[in-house]
Amino acid sequence: MTQISVRVDGVNYTDDVEPRTLLVHYLREQLGKVGTVVGCDTSNCGACTVHLDGEAVKSCSVLAVQADGRAVTTIEGIAQDDGSLHPMQKAFHEQHGLQCGFCTPGMIMAAIDLVHDNPDPSEHEVREGIEGNLCRCTGYQNIVRAVQAAAADMRGAAHATATEPAGAPA
Amino acid sequence: MTVTEDRPGDLPERTLPEDTAPAKEVGRPRRRKEDARLITGRTTWTDNMVLPGMLHLAILRSPMAHARIRSIDTGAAREAPGVVAVFTGRDLADEQGGLFTVWTVTPDMVRPDHPSIAVDQVKHVGEAVAIIAARSRAAAQDALELVDVDYEPLPVVLDMEQALAEGAPLTHDHLRSNESFHFVFDSGQAGTGANVEETFANAEVVVSRRFVQQRLIPAFMEPRAVVVQPQGDTFTLWSSTQVPHIVRTVLALTTGIPEHKLRVIAPDVGGGFGGKLQVIPEEVLCLLVARRLGKPVKWNETRSESLMSGHHGRDQIQYIDVAADREGNLTGIRARLLNDMGAYLRLVSPGIPIFGAFMFGGAYKVPAYRFDCTGVFTNKTPTDAYRGAGRPEATFAVERIMDELAVELGMDPLELRRRNWIKTDEFPYTTSAGLEFDSGDYDTATDMALELVGYDELRAEQQRRREARDPVQLGIGFSTFTEMCGLAPSRVLGTLNYAGGGWESASIRMLPTGKVEVVTGTSPHGQGHETAWSQLAADRLGVPFEDVEVLHGDTAISARGLDTYGSRSLVVGGAAVVNAAEKVVAKARKVAAHLLEANEDDLEFSNGKFAVRGTPGSELSIQEIAFATFSSHNWPEGMESSIDADATFDPVNFSYPHGTHICAVEVDTETGGVTIRRYGSIDDVGVIVNPTIVEGQIHGGVAQGISQALYEEAVYDEAGNLTTGTFVDYLLPSAADLPAFLTGNTVHAAPGNPVGAKGVGEAGCIASTPAVVNAVLDALRPLGVSDIRMPMTPERVWRAIQEGGDGGDRATAGSNAYGGAQTETTAGVSTPESSLGGDR
Repeated sequence: MTQISVRVDGVNYTDDVEPRTLLVHYLREQLGKVGTVVGCDTSNCGACTVHLDGEAVKSCSVLAVQADGRAVTTIEGIAQDDGSLHPMQKAFHEQHGLQCGFCTPGMIMAAIDLVHDNPDPSEHEVREGIEGNLCRCTGYQNIVRAVQAAAADMRGAAHATATEPAGAPA
Repeated sequence: MTVTEDRPGDLPERTLPEDTAPAKEVGRPRRRKEDARLITGRTTWTDNMVLPGMLHLAILRSPMAHARIRSIDTGAAREAPGVVAVFTGRDLADEQGGLFTVWTVTPDMVRPDHPSIAVDQVKHVGEAVAIIAARSRAAAQDALELVDVDYEPLPVVLDMEQALAEGAPLTHDHLRSNESFHFVFDSGQAGTGANVEETFANAEVVVSRRFVQQRLIPAFMEPRAVVVQPQGDTFTLWSSTQVPHIVRTVLALTTGIPEHKLRVIAPDVGGGFGGKLQVIPEEVLCLLVARRLGKPVKWNETRSESLMSGHHGRDQIQYIDVAADREGNLTGIRARLLNDMGAYLRLVSPGIPIFGAFMFGGAYKVPAYRFDCTGVFTNKTPTDAYRGAGRPEATFAVERIMDELAVELGMDPLELRRRNWIKTDEFPYTTSAGLEFDSGDYDTATDMALELVGYDELRAEQQRRREARDPVQLGIGFSTFTEMCGLAPSRVLGTLNYAGGGWESASIRMLPTGKVEVVTGTSPHGQGHETAWSQLAADRLGVPFEDVEVLHGDTAISARGLDTYGSRSLVVGGAAVVNAAEKVVAKARKVAAHLLEANEDDLEFSNGKFAVRGTPGSELSIQEIAFATFSSHNWPEGMESSIDADATFDPVNFSYPHGTHICAVEVDTETGGVTIRRYGSIDDVGVIVNPTIVEGQIHGGVAQGISQALYEEAVYDEAGNLTTGTFVDYLLPSAADLPAFLTGNTVHAAPGNPVGAKGVGEAGCIASTPAVVNAVLDALRPLGVSDIRMPMTPERVWRAIQEGGDGGDRATAGSNAYGGAQTETTAGVSTPESSLGGDR
């Protein structure tokens, strides 16, 4: 057993893990973060995607010990404290970017990272950018719409933050 | 290399109406109620379940396609850390019963015993041979390595045609052959159409082809999982299934656990596509182990387990002949199929080809019709339902052969179709296969689809590229399909020897505060029933959409149901909701009359309120009546204190969605690469309850059909190992592999149900595959290419271009003896190469 300290969705955890434990199994089985799911054994499907220090990773191909001293954000940690949804969550809902919803946590986490890197992605760039996340239900079209809609929303929010004087009404 | 001229930079504009408040819920693009938990990770996937003392099961699976089990040494595994128990097939032989097949398609159908865990022999790679129960998932997995199985290899048969040959190895050595059943429908014999032999003997043109429907894997995103909690002599089973009600009944019959002692729950289920229309060995095994150990157990499969042991789909060899006159009027179609059942018959395996048996005539008027199908055993994973289940196979064959006939006749493929399809004023139309097609307008759907994709411009560009000998050629393919949905009239299922019925059930509970619970017997796993059923109930009851909660997927809550598959849920289950709502309104009307001191006949009901005609202000809402029911202080004499209602709906006919799908592809003749340039569809799925959900279903279905044409195939090596056993090898398309879809609808209400819906779950998947293949061939026919086997990989496309014809595929398949790209144009010839050839 190896001891690790990890900050997950804003909470600090210190736990003993087997060195072979995958991050996704640590999240699901030790922390109960079952919002993050496992869809394959070969890191193809991306259903387990989380953020490690702000970068999207497939948590099935990261060992829990590699997360020691780092911050993990899962699908359960991206909404605001007041419960209001992240723009990407909102856009997936608005654009019908999910059907069964199993790929959705990973898809949303991958898409947030994509938009951080490229705030205004074209359809083609979105399609290439989420290539590592498989969905069997939607045919991807509404996922692409959702990512572009969220990107616009996030740009607007960033713009508002940058230009509005402090104390401006929300 | 020519650069694409007009690849759109943005996704097509939505053609959906705005989400403003129309008077009715039906037709409104409501955002889904289901999403809230799914986008936040607050889900109840079966694998999320944790129960006190729960043990984790891991299953050792056969690496042999056919072998006798000489011995199994579990000693080391039993001693491994964390292991609580190990079971083999022999340990469970007395209690495991046999897995069921509920569709007896012919009276003499051969149905081999199918134990959930192998006892003496294994018949395919992936069959369960031992179970580890351990304190953790990891400990159970580790112990699998310690089980030592001594196998005696037996001869393997994998190819359907070889399996039927004289002297072939037997999949089941106590049987006489590898044939499970031979089902024939003949319009002449049935009296539903013309004499088939005479039609073909007298035909001016006969075109014969052999098509292969490759083996596919449903590949739902959520791996299957089962949790069982034993409590005394009762058991609760959670399973990632499409069919909790069927699972309950069949498990009771299989294990002997009385049905009333077994509760089955399908919580959030991550996709199915027919792959979870099954009663799986692992459900039986989890029950048996939980019963033996008296402990809760969980089994959750790995993806490689899923691809190897979950049932597969398609896997059909099709010999299809079409007869016509020189003007292009169809006179007959006959199809002869071999369908690989794999090693065993699963829940509805033999019924899958039969579900397409009456659809090989497609949307066309075909005077003579014959269908002939042989189910074949091989040492492979069993096949069963996969999205479309029999109808994609039929649609592919007819839509492909229409193009082949058009080439033979020198006709435009669309003109040939128009000439033969059923006209709007001919509905209801009884086909020579004996089906009554309900409604539609194939001309309008086609005209709209042509407009949608910009057909004339595409044809002009195709011409330019041909003339310029552009290395990238353009092709356009059609699929003017129809399908049968709405499973199913119970009486029809009875005539087909299906064990169950086809009705669906709904209950509506009016809660004291006026809120509404709709309990449905359908079991959604991505289709959005919670949203759409809320819309149906809100309209019929006149209550707010938000005040309705839809409950499903738990046999203790939804007592009666037949679950979700075959595009049946809205058509049959939605209709049951409507029927239940009408009963509630009828009961509430009696209460309203009593409380308003009026005659029932003087009450009008609209927007959820009963009002006395001609007496302004005298009204009661149905939600107020719900509270009056709760208190029952002032209640009509002789009426029970409830306005709740149960209802079922059993359709009298199937429903027949139809549409026109047009695909334009670019084919790089130097690399064999195929790119979808444009894809457009106009679908008629009847009345649309939620256009957003309908659009999503079409997108997803089209994607899966495209994927059959271009990407997916389950491949076995010569020893019977699945070589596409992970997502590295089994190619599911990513967003980068698929185009944007242009979609639209015509609406002809289905006359057979009160919703007017026809079903949409499978339409896209049924329609799209032949449209893609026809498009690729349309691009390459000038280069001498006549056919390309699916999936049309760059290598296959390139070979076809290099070698002409079908790229040598038939020669390598060794099947020219009774099939192949033959065209008979002499009147009176019915060749042994055709579908009725005596090949066995």
